[in-house]
Amino acid sequence: MGGKTKEQKQYQSLEQKHEVKRPVLKNCIKAFFVGGLFCIVGQAITYFYIYFFNFTEQTAGNPTVATMVFISMLLTGFGVYDHIGQFAGAGSAVPVTGFGNAVISAAIEHRTEGFVLGVGGNMFKLAGSVILFGVFSAFVVALIKVLLIKWGVI
Amino acid sequence: MLPMFFWAFVVGGLICVIGQLLFDVAKLTPGHTLSLLVVIGAILDGIGLYEPLADFAGAGATVPITNFGNTLVHGALQEAEKHGLVGVLTGMFEVTSSGISAAIVFAFIGALLFKPKG
Repeated sequence: MGGKTKEQKQYQSLEQKHEVKRPVLKNCIKAFFVGGLFCIVGQAITYFYIYFFNFTEQTAGNPTVATMVFISMLLTGFGVYDHIGQFAGAGSAVPVTGFGNAVISAAIEHRTEGFVLGVGGNMFKLAGSVILFGVFSAFVVALIKVLLIKWGVI
Repeated sequence: MLPMFFWAFVVGGLICVIGQLLFDVAKLTPGHTLSLLVVIGAILDGIGLYEPLADFAGAGATVPITNFGNTLVHGALQEAEKHGLVGVLTGMFEVTSSGISAAIVFAFIGALLFKPKG
């Protein structure tokens, strides 16, 4: 009764083999659903701003991002975001809440070193690279486009 | 309204899957992955593809970090239309301001309210 049959053991080793072999698919499915859920929340917030604060479909993205960062502050502060991150991987890192989490967790983590050197100095420790490469690539892209338009290429 | 939620879910989810593939398959660190996604967002807006995506998928395009690159380019180009080349620098944060401001303000409030764990 207690022992497993040969087939069961075979199946188990097969199952294990497959689980180790492709966590990529599993991770992608988790990332897809959690990331998608963040975007559904974002969409609900977008409609909230469109209907109650007279934003348009084009401009509602801005307050949505700010609100998502606020939600991220609460989730990070109460230690929930870490758990979501462990489960969802990129699903929680790629939405703007992940950016907020990076900034906010760094700020909270370094608060013992003081507000100027600790919080102020380390706030963008993780998110700084996103800002740097975002701004620099945007500068290059916009520069190229403006020059091309000026020269009448496009 | 409902299809918008659906496409926000699908498109946002797919962008996260791209991020996950960069984690797992390309073996990039989260920092590298997010930086790369922001650069991709900036390039997509440069060639005029991000706005149609945002029109189609709503928050599915505006919530992922790729939107950060998109809004940076957007602000720069908007100002460049009015003021020429200088606008690229002066307009850079025009549209993006809310995300960065919110991150700074709420991070500081967070640091005031919460104590580090462990």
